[in-house]
Amino acid sequence: MLKKISIFIILILVAVLAFSGCARPVETPDAEPVAQTPTPAPAETPAPQDEPVTITWWHIQTAEDHKGLWQKLADEFMADNPNVTIEITVLENEAFKSKMTTVMQSANPPDIFQSWGGGVMNKYIEAGLLKDITSWLDADGGAWRETFSPGALGVYSYEGKNYGVPWDMGMVGFWYNKDLFAQAGITNTPTTWTEFLQVVETIKDAGITPIALGAGDKWPAHFYWGYLATRIGGSAGFNAAASREGAFTDPAFVQAGEKLLELLALDPFQPGFLAATYPDQATLMGNGEAAMELMGQWAPGVQRENSADQQGLGDRLGWFPFPMVEGGKGHPADAFGGGNGFALGKDAEPAAVEFVKYLTRAESQVQLAELGLALPVVKGGEAGLSDPMLLIIQESSAAAQYFQLYYDQALPPAVGSVINDSVQAILAKTLTPEQAAQAIEDSAANEMD
Amino acid sequence: MSSAFMPVAETSNRHKTKNNLKNNKNTLLIVIFLLPALILFLTFVVYPIFQSLYYSMFDWSGLGPADDFVGLDNYRDILIDRVFLITIRNSLFIILFSLAFQLPMAMFLAVMVGKNLPGRAVFRSIFFMPYVISEVVAAIAWLFLFNPDPARGLFNAIIELIPGTSPVLWLADVNIVLPAIFVALTWKFFGFHMLLFLTGLQNIPRTIEEAARIDGASSIKSFFFITLPLLSGTIRTSVYLSVLGSIQQFILVWIMSRGGPVNASETLATYMYRFAFVRFQLGYGSAVAIYMFLMCLIFSLIYLKMTNKPDHLTGI
Repeated sequence: MLKKISIFIILILVAVLAFSGCARPVETPDAEPVAQTPTPAPAETPAPQDEPVTITWWHIQTAEDHKGLWQKLADEFMADNPNVTIEITVLENEAFKSKMTTVMQSANPPDIFQSWGGGVMNKYIEAGLLKDITSWLDADGGAWRETFSPGALGVYSYEGKNYGVPWDMGMVGFWYNKDLFAQAGITNTPTTWTEFLQVVETIKDAGITPIALGAGDKWPAHFYWGYLATRIGGSAGFNAAASREGAFTDPAFVQAGEKLLELLALDPFQPGFLAATYPDQATLMGNGEAAMELMGQWAPGVQRENSADQQGLGDRLGWFPFPMVEGGKGHPADAFGGGNGFALGKDAEPAAVEFVKYLTRAESQVQLAELGLALPVVKGGEAGLSDPMLLIIQESSAAAQYFQLYYDQALPPAVGSVINDSVQAILAKTLTPEQAAQAIEDSAANEMD
Repeated sequence: MSSAFMPVAETSNRHKTKNNLKNNKNTLLIVIFLLPALILFLTFVVYPIFQSLYYSMFDWSGLGPADDFVGLDNYRDILIDRVFLITIRNSLFIILFSLAFQLPMAMFLAVMVGKNLPGRAVFRSIFFMPYVISEVVAAIAWLFLFNPDPARGLFNAIIELIPGTSPVLWLADVNIVLPAIFVALTWKFFGFHMLLFLTGLQNIPRTIEEAARIDGASSIKSFFFITLPLLSGTIRTSVYLSVLGSIQQFILVWIMSRGGPVNASETLATYMYRFAFVRFQLGYGSAVAIYMFLMCLIFSLIYLKMTNKPDHLTGI
């Protein structure tokens, strides 16, 4: 008898447990206080509907003032559109990439998220995971489209359609510590690879770490190889390999590895650079413990964030473009780099597009530029730009005849990842420049042919 | 498993029919109790294994539908990949060194803290503490210790005090990174094995050791001829868990070195993760997962077959 009762109780418990799981997602629609009074919708607010909308937004701007600006803009937008709730998730760069892969593979992208455009974004588009926003850009005779500089906007388009918009576009170059350069007795920044190697040697002789590098994260190291290949092979070199008319085993790519070995032979990086991360690299620069780093336009903000006093180098920071390589086919003014933008997930509501529009208004861009954290891509945004370094980068980007998007973003993710791995292997001397080029070519043949 | 403990001798022929009825009821009860766990097991363990098996036969990025069927190509490509051979070597290194150092050390400490010595409770807690803290926290703590800069990393700060030495690039040196991570792994997991041995020691009747002591056995002799044989059941479990844990080790390695520099500390799990989630080759990654699964399965079967001798104490 007792047993019967216990079985009965257990059955009930199991049933309750099983069904309570199903009960959760059912929302009680009556509980919404919003739709109580059917007031006529005010005509002046372009807000889509008064139905509550939640927008998920993932960004990677962990620096305090940048994060704060994004939050402020989101708050403003929510105040203007009371039906919209914006849920912000701030992620560190590497964590973002890992997390992005999982949500994309489960076909559940956030509404708005950080994107660098290029090959990774194209993969998402091919799988139907992003939202086509071409019609928004073209609305009102292309009013929104007109605000962007076309080159930057093009990074977020695929087969003539737009899936995201940029908010920053710049280039990679050498950031250097003016004090340490002076201490080593260097008066002019180098313009050729030979001069650059001499500068590295001079700094090294002065007992200063010439270059900070986080090769453990790989992509900071790929800047060297990518820039060298761009200087040696020019636009034709990369375009031939990427279109598969040429190959990544072409001389320019092998020579890029050889030039990198010339640099490595001077022992220019901090001890343990092979395992160091990009934040480690930024820490060394921000604390004035290394003389240079090769990094994009965001470097000063990250240096500040990672420095011991949270101030970074301030006025002591200088910038010079990647030196030209003697005999290279690339023009010395060609730029290697990219920018930041926001892409929209496939299920993004119209309100999310409106919010992205708000984020990329000229006023928002001015505020971003005033903080010295980004190079505006919207006409009128440069009004806020006062940081002398960023002004130089902007001029250099504008002067570039050819703009090479980062290799690890321009190419399919598998190839980009092999490039990153192979460059680290060159630096660890486990692959020769030829073997590294071959590994990249094998992956490209696999993915792109 | 515990059914072997059940006193079967009590059943007698007289009560057979009654007992059958009782057994039926017991079966029903067992099924009901097992059902929730079984459902979870099927959904989150068995189903994903078959799903991996399915995806492993596609060239698939993990995005959108998998439609490029390649048969067993992924399995072949893995076997001829140089890096996969490195991961096998690294996994073997971790397995062998765990068995050679981690378990004997755990055993030694278990015997020590199992003895009636002053402060044994304190030491037992200290030794067990690494196992309790999160693996991520442990990895980050070890990252600090291994920092190559003597101003930041403890180990190099100590080495710097010794004249005539230069700092060791722990995690940046392709020859040192794996042993360095192994030290962290040992630190993290020896406490668990110590606890296993400690429990095993407590099951050994004191009378046997006392009898040996009266017969004039030294404490070393008593350890090798009495304690060790009587611990064989525990050792079996410990070795088994250690090997499986080594094959699947991911968190500590990924955080400390991400399998690098240049695959020098790549384990099977980081290799699988690299392809599935960094290179967007989920089909290939799934095939690696299936290889891992097979390795664990084959090891388990062989090991259980090999060690299928009754335990001295419990008879199972």
